[in-house]
Amino acid sequence: MSKPGRYGEFGGQYVPETLMNALHELEAAYEKYSRDKDFLDELGFYYREYANRPSLLYYAEKMTKDLGGCKVYLKREDLNHTGAHKINNVLGQILLAKRMGKTRVTAETGAGQHGVATATAAALFGMQCEVFMGAEDMERQSLNVYRMELLGAKVTGVDSGTGTLKDAINEAMRDWTSNVESTYYLIGSVMGPHPYPQMVRDFQKVIGIEAKKQYVEKEGRLPDCLVACVGGGSNAMGLFYNFIPDKSVRLVGAEAAGKGACTPMNAATMANGTKGIFHGMKSLFIQNDEGQIAPVYSISAGLDYPGIGPEHAELKQTGRAEYVSVTDEEAVRAFEYLSKTEGIIPALESAHAVAAAMKIAPGMRKDQGMIINLSGRGDKDVYSVARYRGVKLDEQN
Amino acid sequence: MNRIDRKFAELKGKNEKALIPFVTAGDPDMETTEKLVFSMFGAGADLVELGVPFSDPVAEGPVIQKASKRSIDGGTTLVKIFALVERLRQKTDGPLLLMMYINSIYRFGTERFFKLCAEKGVDGVIVPDLPYEERAEIQRDAEQNGVYPIRLVAPTSHERTAMIARDAEGFLYCVSSTGVTGMRGSFSTDFDEFFGTVKKYAKIPCAVGFGISTPEQARQMGAYCDGVIIGSAIVKIVEMEGRACVRHVEEFVGSVKKAIKK
Repeated sequence: MSKPGRYGEFGGQYVPETLMNALHELEAAYEKYSRDKDFLDELGFYYREYANRPSLLYYAEKMTKDLGGCKVYLKREDLNHTGAHKINNVLGQILLAKRMGKTRVTAETGAGQHGVATATAAALFGMQCEVFMGAEDMERQSLNVYRMELLGAKVTGVDSGTGTLKDAINEAMRDWTSNVESTYYLIGSVMGPHPYPQMVRDFQKVIGIEAKKQYVEKEGRLPDCLVACVGGGSNAMGLFYNFIPDKSVRLVGAEAAGKGACTPMNAATMANGTKGIFHGMKSLFIQNDEGQIAPVYSISAGLDYPGIGPEHAELKQTGRAEYVSVTDEEAVRAFEYLSKTEGIIPALESAHAVAAAMKIAPGMRKDQGMIINLSGRGDKDVYSVARYRGVKLDEQN
Repeated sequence: MNRIDRKFAELKGKNEKALIPFVTAGDPDMETTEKLVFSMFGAGADLVELGVPFSDPVAEGPVIQKASKRSIDGGTTLVKIFALVERLRQKTDGPLLLMMYINSIYRFGTERFFKLCAEKGVDGVIVPDLPYEERAEIQRDAEQNGVYPIRLVAPTSHERTAMIARDAEGFLYCVSSTGVTGMRGSFSTDFDEFFGTVKKYAKIPCAVGFGISTPEQARQMGAYCDGVIIGSAIVKIVEMEGRACVRHVEEFVGSVKKAIKK
């Protein structure tokens, strides 16, 4: 038996002493409310009435025919309010923060989806909100920056390091250390110190619970394969979790290989990471021999994180899940493919899952089926893809 | 006997407070760090903390963040830091501590790290992102090699203080206030309450750090405990003066020592 908050050897609570009581309070509050009927009813209410849950499980018939293999289903998290799976976790944590008497929430964001979801929920529940975002990401995702500001949040740019998600988390953790009494740090992925990886997974597992029920209703059996993208890993954990005991279901995580997993420009933690302790957890990280965390790169701002949630590290170690790398080019092609084939523009993050699925599906039998987690919509990425393709758009007028 | 114990015993005999300055190793280069350590001991430092640079120092404010970056860019490695310690040990018997993040130890190999600490003459390590609950990560290797893992208590520790202080070794690092390292104009911590709790449980000396930047602040804070740690204020001088910093740091350390002796 491993300690609570451990996934095999991974996980733990590696944070400064200043935060330890806050983490213990959070653990206790989460323990209490995750079993509290009023809390769960209220969360269910907001999932249904505000976030548009359950999300659809859509049979992608054209894609299925085109790929010529197994049936392909899309779990449409892109249809949630704010356009991604992030809202599932944010609603859960903000209701918890409210019950804990916190008045200010902070969040880190990469692509901006978690920041937008947090700013949205903060507006809804009347809480002060500050979002930390890498300066580089603010440029790539200027639309989401403005969206957060519209929602009343303060967006603080982070210049240090590579100016991306990792640096935004560093700054959010520093802010939390400074304002620990008033502030609830709303982590957006299945990462960080315990209880975050568990709590975020629990708030996201609704994806897999719905998907299983919907798939069984449509097909009368379990799917054979699940595919989801992984940065920190929350949408993948959300889809996978309810299927982990179903050994016949293959679990595939698609991580960002950037310009190639063998080039210096990638964010493929599962391919290139080694064991380390960072951002409050023991897990896998892209780092050098000195333990310096390496700069990472992906066209997708939501996936360029040099680590991975600890439960994924364990799923990889035990072999229960497998992880594949998808390059920028493959992701952009999948982005265009899904847009033209199914009329659905996926987030660049989700396009990594689509790209992985496009390789796997043709090798599967027609009587088999897979679910791709379409974790977010791609409106935010249209400019990035245009830029990648060398298409000039007039962004200002 | 660990050099840290010996030093605090000696200071107690003289009824003096410990002055514990911090510099980031390899900032601006190893040669300068070597000179800095000697000159700080000469100017009245009792123990010296060497910062091991980390790419993502989440407990640090901007001054030490920038110093870490300068040091990493200059090619600092743990092996080079151990070589520095070895050179220092040929000329000084002053207690030396490494302040560093757990990933640097873990990645280097915990057993190998502590063996080298003992071999080269590091007396203690301060790991701000290794709380009491995760102490097993280094406890055994540290103990076997006679190196003290210095424990930290914070104003938010409250009832945790008893547990943390119970079998702590060397000295207890009292974090002055919430937040990261770096200079502060004032403190919102209720020091009577904080040090009241700490003193109730601590059987070893207590030193206070985080945000202390002037001789006057050092004097005021020193009154509550047995030692004062100063980091960012010194690192800021190194940032401004570069290789020419030694004389300025020496002067500053001397002025702080004078203030806490009053």
